[in-house]
Amino acid sequence: MADEQRQDTELTLYEVFVQEKTGEPHVHAGSLHAADQEMALQNARDVYARRGPVASMWVVPATSITATSPSDAGPFFDPAEDKVYRHPQFYRVPRAARQQAKKVTS
Amino acid sequence: MHDETQQLEAFQARIDAGEKIEPKDWMPDNYRRQLIRMISQHAHSEVVGMLPEGNWITRAPSLRRKMILLAKVQDEAGHGLYLYSAAETLGIDRAELIEQLLTGKAKYSNIFNYPTLTWADIGMIGWLVDGAAIVNQTMLAKCHFGPYSRAMIRICKEENFHNKQGYELVATLARGTPQQRRMAQESLNRWWWPTLMMFGPPDDQSPNSAQLMRWKIKLQSNDELRQRFVDRTVAEAKAIDLEIPDPDLRFNEQTGHWEHGPIDWDEFWRVIRGDGPYNHERIRVRREAHERGAWVREAAEAYALKRREKAASAAG
Repeated sequence: MADEQRQDTELTLYEVFVQEKTGEPHVHAGSLHAADQEMALQNARDVYARRGPVASMWVVPATSITATSPSDAGPFFDPAEDKVYRHPQFYRVPRAARQQAKKVTS
Repeated sequence: MHDETQQLEAFQARIDAGEKIEPKDWMPDNYRRQLIRMISQHAHSEVVGMLPEGNWITRAPSLRRKMILLAKVQDEAGHGLYLYSAAETLGIDRAELIEQLLTGKAKYSNIFNYPTLTWADIGMIGWLVDGAAIVNQTMLAKCHFGPYSRAMIRICKEENFHNKQGYELVATLARGTPQQRRMAQESLNRWWWPTLMMFGPPDDQSPNSAQLMRWKIKLQSNDELRQRFVDRTVAEAKAIDLEIPDPDLRFNEQTGHWEHGPIDWDEFWRVIRGDGPYNHERIRVRREAHERGAWVREAAEAYALKRREKAASAAG
């Protein structure tokens, strides 16, 4: 065996997303290492889909994912908190209309 | 800027409030180190666990048993991979983890330092060893580090098959010929005590437990988990008329638990330190498999490179 190149290099890290049934979202399942996307997909099947149900799978190089960091998640998501008028509860509806709405939806 | 004490307090407060910790969150160095140690040890156990079973695949007594064993060993590889990927979220490389296993720096479950001498041992691994693992993993699935908990939920879903196929195998031998029955009993005699040791030293001698419980990595103590395993397994042994090799085993009417006799902790420490019957053999075989697989990893990379170059020249 050649002795000059024994050190293993680390293969690219891929994140795996699995959709169990059509119509449902793809959900993060875990990660794996592979030399390219195609092999990543094959490995993902063997590692994360040995038992059904699986309708579809995505593999994404981990480096391609941009994520929020926990330290600025607070300020980053802040704008969502101070706009109460985005929620239906913010609005006052006349009682008669409210009862009408209940009948229609129930 | 917070100082370290404030950060520590805030971190503990999050855990006490029931929040789960995710990899990018601030965490104490010690927490990170302990988790890497624990998760990687767990991953190595799955990988090394393939060896005592793998060597029986070609000797399985029927096609049905062979297919089951193949699927189980493949699952163990998968479990190792889920766990390596959970450990990597803490900032350690896969290559480094593998290196730690192959150089003997990292530990794996002591139980795999015992040999599988008979076919009944394959059943015993599923029934006892995986049974013990399920008790432990059901707890870990609720632990407060997100990636570890998620990996455990996946593993628990698959582990029940391992446990059931093992119990079925042992039950089949137990109601077979007198010779098969003896084989099952002899195997139980060898595996019972090492399996009880899998839960780790008793609570008063387990140095890491208190901290791990404060961090909600562990939610139950070693002795509590061991007790749960004993209670369920004694009932299963009775159902197939096998005898637990413990003359002191008795049912405590007051507590409703089966109480076992003293465990030989000297043996436990001896095996952990490397003097088990199979420590060297396991690492030797693992190392050999890694070296023999090197060409596959190299070929995969060469192929990927060739395809990238081809795509680049076609585009260029």
